[in-house]
Amino acid sequence: MSFRSAALLVLITLLCCVTPAEAAKISDVVETGTLEQARRFFSLTDNSLRYALFGSILLGISCGLLGSFLVVRKMALVGDALSHAVLPGVALGFLWNMTKDPVAIFIGATSAGLFGTLVVGWITRTTRLKEDAALGLVLASFFAVGGCLVTMIQRLPTGSKSGIDKFLFGQAAALSSQDVTLMAASTALTVILLVLFYKEFLVTSFDPVFARVTGMPVRLLQELMMLLLAFSVVVALQAVGVVLVSAMLITPAAAAYLLTDRMHRMLILAALFGSLAGVVGAFFSFLGNNLPTGPFMVLGASTVFGTAFFFAPRHGVVPRWWRRRSRGNRISRENTLKAIYRVLEDRGFSDEGVTLEELSALRRDTLVEIRLQAAALAQNGLATVDEPRGTIHLTPQGWRQACAVVRNHRLWELYLTNAAHYQADHVHEDAERIEHVLGEETVRHLERRLEFPHHDPHGRIIPSLREFDRYDAQRAPEKPSGYRQQ
Amino acid sequence: MHDTPRPAPPLEIHDLTVAYHRKPVLYGIDLEIPPGQLVGIVGPNGAGKSTLIKAIMGVVPAASGWIKIFGEPFKKNLTRVGYVPQRESVDWDFPVNVMDVVLMGRYGQLGLIKRPSRRDYEIARECLEKVQLLAYADRQIANLSGGQQQRVFLARALAQESDLYLMDEPFAGVDAATESAIVTLLQELKNRGKTILVVHHDLPTARSYFDMLLLINTRVVAFGPTDEVFTPELLQTTYGGRLTILSEVIQQVGSSAR
Repeated sequence: MSFRSAALLVLITLLCCVTPAEAAKISDVVETGTLEQARRFFSLTDNSLRYALFGSILLGISCGLLGSFLVVRKMALVGDALSHAVLPGVALGFLWNMTKDPVAIFIGATSAGLFGTLVVGWITRTTRLKEDAALGLVLASFFAVGGCLVTMIQRLPTGSKSGIDKFLFGQAAALSSQDVTLMAASTALTVILLVLFYKEFLVTSFDPVFARVTGMPVRLLQELMMLLLAFSVVVALQAVGVVLVSAMLITPAAAAYLLTDRMHRMLILAALFGSLAGVVGAFFSFLGNNLPTGPFMVLGASTVFGTAFFFAPRHGVVPRWWRRRSRGNRISRENTLKAIYRVLEDRGFSDEGVTLEELSALRRDTLVEIRLQAAALAQNGLATVDEPRGTIHLTPQGWRQACAVVRNHRLWELYLTNAAHYQADHVHEDAERIEHVLGEETVRHLERRLEFPHHDPHGRIIPSLREFDRYDAQRAPEKPSGYRQQ
Repeated sequence: MHDTPRPAPPLEIHDLTVAYHRKPVLYGIDLEIPPGQLVGIVGPNGAGKSTLIKAIMGVVPAASGWIKIFGEPFKKNLTRVGYVPQRESVDWDFPVNVMDVVLMGRYGQLGLIKRPSRRDYEIARECLEKVQLLAYADRQIANLSGGQQQRVFLARALAQESDLYLMDEPFAGVDAATESAIVTLLQELKNRGKTILVVHHDLPTARSYFDMLLLINTRVVAFGPTDEVFTPELLQTTYGGRLTILSEVIQQVGSSAR
């Protein structure tokens, strides 16, 4: 929480250092080399560049914060509809006195956006249409009206230089000091209100009925949230554009959602990702001499999301795949260990080592396969392979694991026949799967339940804890003896 | 000479009617719940059980009639009412952990803007202990079983430290262990003088769990001590023609009454 307040303070201080109306607009600058441009970007000497950068950071923060609430409330489409619905307001604000007056446009756009959400509510209340259809309707029709108005303005004698077309895809370089002040005010308001009413917004988002029952002004809070949302969409328009502002609401928040399980962390991450995307957008737009900012910002945000999608530790695709793969490897190793145990058992644990041929006969696998399996065991320190003699020898650790998996298998078989009344010839398949997932806790439980059994349903001895620790058992002539009272 | 005025009952409902799209769901409900009782609300699907709970809390508007909580309108006695909603009413993927949810029970007492204090955390921990979930305090709520999720809601209601509890199907879809844990908890609350209303959908257990039963089907069919209300005749009236499901239970009641 305090992190965000601190970040905001820093930003505001930085903004105060900006002295307006000094340097030329970025658009007036003649074309220079890419490296030179990059150097200029990072040296921050250019005032309008500073506006563009701070503006982009500010919009990233407020869109990330509010977007987080949209995402967890499954209201992503609302952001989309709202951002499209503001366009006629932008045009009307411009027509008010035929200049790009930020205040007039702010008022026009905010009212158009809020009016759009009102219409959505009205349609859902009075017809059978559900919210998604109503949102789609409002989004399209408002945007169409806006499109007509914008075209009309551009046909006007003064229109072509109005810069109103910049509202479609955004142009951070066109931000004026007044625009940035407005953005700072709106972002500050958002941050302050979210910090003050964090717990209220949290509970109304999670469980609105409960929130209402505990006396929270749920309706008021929801309207406040919509108002803040309208503000940040409107101030972001100039930099990202109408078409893509909803992406700045959703994408950073969605990336943050994949990375954490706590709301406050999600908010901080989303604000961070949002401003990062903002900087990326401003940078590339500047580098390419005033390319539209919006698409670059959204690409930046999408890259963050893509990274989170693939690499998020818990929910990411790659870590999940990795976990599945390593589980698969473990299961395969355990199966090899089990086969080695079986070979040893069949000859009464009389001799050291198991030959690859014996193993291949038992597992009905080719020698090549068996060699690979043996290598996997050796790699994990579970066995050593005596290449010249072609034998595998379990290490103490390998022996313990082999005992454990055989015990799991046989205990489970016994449990199924004794407690769940399965037929003895039905239990093997099931035990093949369960043996790899039984935890120690469950094993203890099974043992107690089955009264420390000696034999599985097929008459084989279930290795007990004593066998586990007796690595010599492989060499000793004495057979493992199952559970015995000490 | 001076009779001390009788304290206001935890819940008093007078001529309550609730309608959805002009079709009455509850009609002319009169009710007075005495304090310190564990009351089961029983009735067929669509009988208005959940609606009654929501109407009491003003979440569903009443078409007519009034409701008083300890002699006052609900709005004035918010903090004296604890609520356990149906488990499906929230998104369990929401980015909060168990502790966050239980702390929400303290929000009503805290009022606006104020943050939970150390004392609030203490209370939340105690409530988690009571539902045997303290070990799960840091878990994200999606990583819980259905029964555990239900107990999180219960702990949140406990954290409200209310005098009247309204619970909407707390036994729905929970495992046997959770069910018995909830029953113990309800008994304990009752013994501390709390009044508890529980919407319940399972007739056989309703008989053993509750002191009093409210049989409801748009109208109040019967309200009274379980022994008096749980009769074949009244159950038949409540459930109307839908006897196929219930004939067994009713027969059991009949035979055990002999």
